[in-house]
Amino acid sequence: MGGLKRKDLLGLQELSAEEIDLILNTAEALKEIVTRPIKKVPTLKGRSYVTLFYENSTRTAKSFELAAKYLGADVVNVAVGSSSVKKGESLRDTVMNLNAMGLDGIIIRHPQGGAPHLAAQAVSCSVINAGDGIHEHPTQGLLDMLTIRQRKGGFRGLKVAIIGDILHSRVARSNIHGLTKCGAEVWVAGPSTLLPPGFEELGVKVCTRVEEALEGADVVNVLRLQLERMERAFLPTSREYHRFWGITPERMRLAKPDALVMHPGPLNRGVEISSYVADGDQAVIQEQVTNGVAVRMAVLYLLASRGDAA
Amino acid sequence: MAEPKAMLMDAAQMNRALSRIAHEIIERNKGVERVTLVGIRRRGVPLARRLAQRLQEFEGREVPVGTLDITLYRDDLSELSSVPQVHKSDVPFKLPGKVVVLVDDVLYTGRTARAALDALLDIGRPAAIQLAVLVDRGHRELPIRADYVGKNVPTSRHEVVEVHLTEVDGEDFVALYDLP
Repeated sequence: MGGLKRKDLLGLQELSAEEIDLILNTAEALKEIVTRPIKKVPTLKGRSYVTLFYENSTRTAKSFELAAKYLGADVVNVAVGSSSVKKGESLRDTVMNLNAMGLDGIIIRHPQGGAPHLAAQAVSCSVINAGDGIHEHPTQGLLDMLTIRQRKGGFRGLKVAIIGDILHSRVARSNIHGLTKCGAEVWVAGPSTLLPPGFEELGVKVCTRVEEALEGADVVNVLRLQLERMERAFLPTSREYHRFWGITPERMRLAKPDALVMHPGPLNRGVEISSYVADGDQAVIQEQVTNGVAVRMAVLYLLASRGDAA
Repeated sequence: MAEPKAMLMDAAQMNRALSRIAHEIIERNKGVERVTLVGIRRRGVPLARRLAQRLQEFEGREVPVGTLDITLYRDDLSELSSVPQVHKSDVPFKLPGKVVVLVDDVLYTGRTARAALDALLDIGRPAAIQLAVLVDRGHRELPIRADYVGKNVPTSRHEVVEVHLTEVDGEDFVALYDLP
C-alpha cells in the first residue's frame, strides 16, 4: 500500500524525500493517460473537488481541473470574483461551507502565505496548496522535479540554477525545498533587491551575478518577473533587467551544453528570458506543462485514501 | 510464510502447462497472426513473456507482449485504508483487429480480470479478448471464465494459492497455504 499518510499537500518543506519520490513515481505511471485517445480512468469516480482561486491563473487551475477529470472525478470552480467572498465572507467560512457540501478536496490559491494551512485546519477534506503568496507552490515544484528527473535521470550531483525574482517566488521556495532534499545543488541568482536575506540557511548558494549561477549548470530555471507583486521600486526598468539578468543564448553558453531551460510561465519574453532561449532546443517548457497534469493526478490519487485511514 | 499445505505444481508441471496453453492459443486462433499477449502485473507479465517465447518456437513468429497495471481500475479503492502503488501500463501495439490474450497467474474472484478488461478497453478496441491463467481456484464473484487454464484447483476461501516465478521469486512452483 502506498498512499501519502497525510490529509493535505501544503508544501514541499514538510515532505520527506521518500514522499516526493512516491509522488514522482506515481506521476510517471499516470502520465501515460494524458497521451491516450480516451483520457479517463474510473479511479476517482464519485469524488468531487473544488478549485478555489483568489488569484488569477489559467495554467494551474485548468491543470488541476483536467487532472481530476482524467481520474474520473467531478470538479467545480469557484470564481472568487463572483462569489460570496465579495460579500465579505472569510476564508475560513468559505472553505467550511464548501466542505459541508461533501467535497473530497479543496484546491486553493491565495495571495496570503499560510492561507491553505488555515483552510486545512478548518475542514475535514483534503486541502491542496496551488500557490500561497510568496510561500510555496508545491505542485509546481514537483512538476519541475519530474521534468528534471525524466531528462537527467535523477537529482544527485546536479547543479540547478534558479534565476530572477527570488523574493516573490513561491516556485523558487518549493523547488529549493524539494531539490535540496533529493540531493541536488541549488544556486540562486537575482538582483539584490529581489534576493531575500537568509536564503543560505535553506542550503542554497546565493549569487549576485547571473554568470556565477549559470556556470556549469545542468538546469536553468528562469523565474517570471512578478510585476504584480512589486509594490515598491525593485527595478529601474524591464529593459535594464533583461540586460543584466535576462537569459540569452550568450549567457546559456556558460551552462553545460545539454542544460535544460525551464520556466514556470507565463513568459515575459524579452524580459527574464529571450525568445531564442524560450523557443530553443534546450527549453522543456511544454514538457513542464504536461508533467504538471501528471503530478497533479498523482497528488489527487495519493491523497484519496487518507479519509479511510484516519 | 508458513509451510505450504500442498504443492500444486513444480517447475516441470508449470512448463508443460504453459506449453499446452501455447498450443491451445495457436489452435483456437488458427495461428498467431493476430495474437498479442498482455500480462497483468505483476506475475502475469513474466508468464506472458514465457508464452510468447513458446508461440515463437512453435509458429516461428514473434508475438507482441504488453503490460497492464489494473490499480486504477480496482473496484475496492474506497474500501482500502491506503491506495496501492500505481505502476506503468505499457501496451506498445495497436489493438484494433488484434486478439488480446490477457495473462494472469491466478483466477479467483474475477475482479482483477474485470478491471483488466476495462483497462484494456480504455486503451483501444481489440477484435477479441481471451483470458489465460496458470491456476483457476474457483470462487468467482463475477460472470467471468478463463479460455486457457494451466490447472484447476478446488480451494476454500480460507486458503491462499501462491505462484512463484523465477523472474520474480527466484524459483518456479505453485503452492497452497492456509490463510494466516
